[in-house]
Amino acid sequence: MITAFIHQFSSAKSFVNITEKLYPFFLIVGVSMLILGWTWGLLFAPQDAVQGNSYRIIFLHVPSVIFAELIYFFMAVCALMHLVWRVKLAAYLIKSAAPIGAMITFIGLLSGSIWGIPTWGTWWQWDARITSTLILFIMYLGILTLHGSFSNLEKADRLMSILVVIGVVNIPIIKKSVDWWSTLHQPASISVSGGSSIDPSMLYPLLISVIGLGFTLIALGILSSRSYIFTREKNKKWILEHV
Amino acid sequence: MLQARKNRLWKLIVILFLSAGGIALILFSLNSKLDLFYTPSEMLQAELKSGYRIKLGGMVKNGSIKRDGTIIKFQVTDFVKEVPVTFDGIPPDLFKEDSGIVALGYFINGMFEAEEIFAKHDENYMPPELYMEEDKV
Repeated sequence: MITAFIHQFSSAKSFVNITEKLYPFFLIVGVSMLILGWTWGLLFAPQDAVQGNSYRIIFLHVPSVIFAELIYFFMAVCALMHLVWRVKLAAYLIKSAAPIGAMITFIGLLSGSIWGIPTWGTWWQWDARITSTLILFIMYLGILTLHGSFSNLEKADRLMSILVVIGVVNIPIIKKSVDWWSTLHQPASISVSGGSSIDPSMLYPLLISVIGLGFTLIALGILSSRSYIFTREKNKKWILEHV
Repeated sequence: MLQARKNRLWKLIVILFLSAGGIALILFSLNSKLDLFYTPSEMLQAELKSGYRIKLGGMVKNGSIKRDGTIIKFQVTDFVKEVPVTFDGIPPDLFKEDSGIVALGYFINGMFEAEEIFAKHDENYMPPELYMEEDKV
């Protein structure tokens, strides 16, 4: 049953058809929530008692690093689908999600460094949180490089998927690094179980920014995976009908 | 599930376990070496050779900051042990008493001579009015 389900929704053709209608929804909702979240956060949310205005980069930093990890997790699920069920679409999705993951991880590292200068007094320290996030960035680049280094694309898909699975071990390490070791980075403000040590006046715009960035990244992912599907399946009949 | 798929799934699980196991072994063997800094207790316990640049981390003890020109002297505590620190320079804005810091420098004869000071901040964010109220309680 699970196999039938996977095969029904896993053809590149049905993906292209479904996302064509979904794309404007994700883009419009994502961008408008980002504008709302950032305007609220940057202009109307109160200052922080300790950090003053410099904390406001949180509205960029936290959403970025959340999706730096989530995109990798998504790629790992796709890698499982590709390696076990041989779903081609899953490999296409990994290949088109990786550049977005690399970009958002870089933004996370950059915004964290910029935040570090006025608060910590340094833009970089080799603490466990910062280093494991840098490793995540390098993983994204490595995945893309590995895929690019084969002329046999099926082989490239498979080896890329294996590397994605190996690298997923890093995700819980990033998450728990601030608890396992002493770091310059503070522990988590928001827990998965729903607790938060951020005042609601700052938390609401933050959550809106997180959801907004998520939807925007899904829209970006749809764009990039569609264009990749068109190049990979350009000899297929259904593509010609579509174009 | 098809036999071939089952085999592939098992292979994948083995790959994941081996990679997680290998990385876990590395992390366990490095263990406290992955810490960014020594706490005052650890620093006093470990027999450190002076002349190595190390990091000390903890809270700035309340009422311990003394300024003399550009030289700042204070105590770093983990609420068990304390280490006196001297620093000549400009600390970050968030450097204050009862607040976390990381100092980079040399531990010489029970005194930590800091070259650089970094301020830690905690995971709480709140507007100034709330902060004042919490202080009063």
